[in-house]
Amino acid sequence: MEVKDLYMYYRTTKGSLKAVDGVSFILNRGETLALIGESGCGKSSLAKSLIRLLPRNVAVFRGHIYLDGKDIMKIDDSKFRRTVQWQRISMVAQAALNSLNPVIKVGKQVAEPLIVHKGVDIKEALERARKVFSLVGIPTVFADRYPFELSGGMRQRAIIAMALIMNPEVIILDEPTSALDVLTQANIMNLLKKIKKESSISFILITHDVGLSSELADKVAVMYAGQIVEFNDAESFYSSPLHPYSQKLMASVPTLRADRTPEYIPGSPISLINPPEGCRFADRCGLRMPVCSKEPPLVSLGAERYVKCWLYAR
Amino acid sequence: MSNDTLLTLVDLRKWYRMKRGIFGAVQYVRAVDGVSFNLRRGEAISLVGESGCGKTTLGRTILGLERPTGGKIIFKGRNLADLDSKGMAWYRRQTGFVQQDPFGALPPFMTVTRILEEPMIINKIEKKERRERIHRALTEVRLTPVEDYLKKYPHMLSGGQQQRLVIARAMILNPELIIADEPVSMLDASVRIEILTLLRELQKRHNLSIIYITHDLSTTRYFSEWIFVMYAGKIVEKGLTNELLKNPLHPYTRSLLQAIPDPDAKNRFMIREIPPGEPPSLVNPPRGCRFHPRCVFAKKGLCDEKEPSEFEAGKGHLVSCWLYADAEK
Repeated sequence: MEVKDLYMYYRTTKGSLKAVDGVSFILNRGETLALIGESGCGKSSLAKSLIRLLPRNVAVFRGHIYLDGKDIMKIDDSKFRRTVQWQRISMVAQAALNSLNPVIKVGKQVAEPLIVHKGVDIKEALERARKVFSLVGIPTVFADRYPFELSGGMRQRAIIAMALIMNPEVIILDEPTSALDVLTQANIMNLLKKIKKESSISFILITHDVGLSSELADKVAVMYAGQIVEFNDAESFYSSPLHPYSQKLMASVPTLRADRTPEYIPGSPISLINPPEGCRFADRCGLRMPVCSKEPPLVSLGAERYVKCWLYAR
Repeated sequence: MSNDTLLTLVDLRKWYRMKRGIFGAVQYVRAVDGVSFNLRRGEAISLVGESGCGKTTLGRTILGLERPTGGKIIFKGRNLADLDSKGMAWYRRQTGFVQQDPFGALPPFMTVTRILEEPMIINKIEKKERRERIHRALTEVRLTPVEDYLKKYPHMLSGGQQQRLVIARAMILNPELIIADEPVSMLDASVRIEILTLLRELQKRHNLSIIYITHDLSTTRYFSEWIFVMYAGKIVEKGLTNELLKNPLHPYTRSLLQAIPDPDAKNRFMIREIPPGEPPSLVNPPRGCRFHPRCVFAKKGLCDEKEPSEFEAGKGHLVSCWLYADAEK
């Protein structure tokens, strides 16, 4: 998957809100990209743009999303829904625990996309659902149960099963474990690691938890105020992040093992309605220079790594 | 009991009555089941556990919002059960509460001034004094310049500012004990540290005692002297913060620590050892040790039969697990 110059603005009464403002990145097959940033930075909006689950008040939606070399932005909505959405790109949404229908047995809910999109008959679809259940570690007898009979962890597994059943190329995980307990979260992460190892699915993991992101990430994209300010591989990012915002974000993470007092980032993010020109982090940045009032360039650091900051411009 | 003890819990229990149907048998949800500890003046305790382990109920029971089913709460040498309504009013002045959801905790139709004034009007504090205290409280939680905030309504504040206002309200009657129930779990990661740092500063400055209730072990390290780990209505391990994090003893504490990732690119190649299953129902908790069905060290005939008592494995380091029965000698 390759995303190039993607823009998505919402229409609001105060003007257009630039939730996704010129985002580009490359995601290779079988790789996991972690998209991290504070709430309101546009990471969920980016996810919704990729799978085109957009609300009605979208003002601008343009750019290129290449999937296997083909630009899926050129496909119209109804065809996109029939051929791409949930089939080639699927998603585990935030607060997904409540997204199961309480009056339908979980097995049937997981099988449903097969019946609707692929016209598989019910019996075979249920059979396939059972297979996916055992893959995600749900006892197959649970297929005949209703969502309320399942614990939080089991429901989350069912939702992951739902995302897997169409055998997609890309799965977007939007805060997949934020509603779960610590141990359940670790169990789900173990499961995702296993799926990642045994398949060629690419994942996009969206989270505000830097520690958690390192559980899956091969690549890391840091988002700030609608833009990706750093795109890096996991090895370089977790040991030495480049962008001043990434560095502060990393310094704010409380750690269990390393002996270091976490520091908070002073100030708050700017409004995405009419953001000022120049670097959007400049007001909170300790390394601000006069040149920062101009739009910073994307500085490439080779091999799919880049940072949007004047410090690295030559 | 030493002189600087502020709060003592003795075998505190809070059971909720539950009846299924008209003829169903009466059952009890044992949310808090035999909790004892001492809290000294000026110290902070982190009460750590997963959702449903009873930590919130424990906090509410200590605050006097729930009537205990059994056991004693002793505050400054006075048993809460013996206090009349006047005594309870005294107790309420001594305690402050910071909830999880700041927006839900603040009345949306009141201004900042009014919100902070309310507890002082109830306690008949004079108008001039009220003005001064509001000013002081807002300065302390860094909602400055104070004048900008006085007339604002809660919805005009960001999440972090709302939580600071809740802290200011909890502090306004100069309490000695603050109970903070997941004060930062609804806030952004960078704001979390800001709020916790603020709480810690206030604790040091006013020699406050704080019970910090959380599910997140990684934040306890910098903000409390003690960590108490709770599982299924009971405290299973108590220790000084650094000691407990460096040398966790109870198998449950160990797996909690194991489950939390620090940022590290190597994490993605590692499968964590996590006990299977979920915490037990508090209606019919397992016999013996409540963790034994999920514990890899569980011994048949012991852990599933007899409840472990508290063993002292190190100085002040107490653990309720049969593995340490011999350590105490």
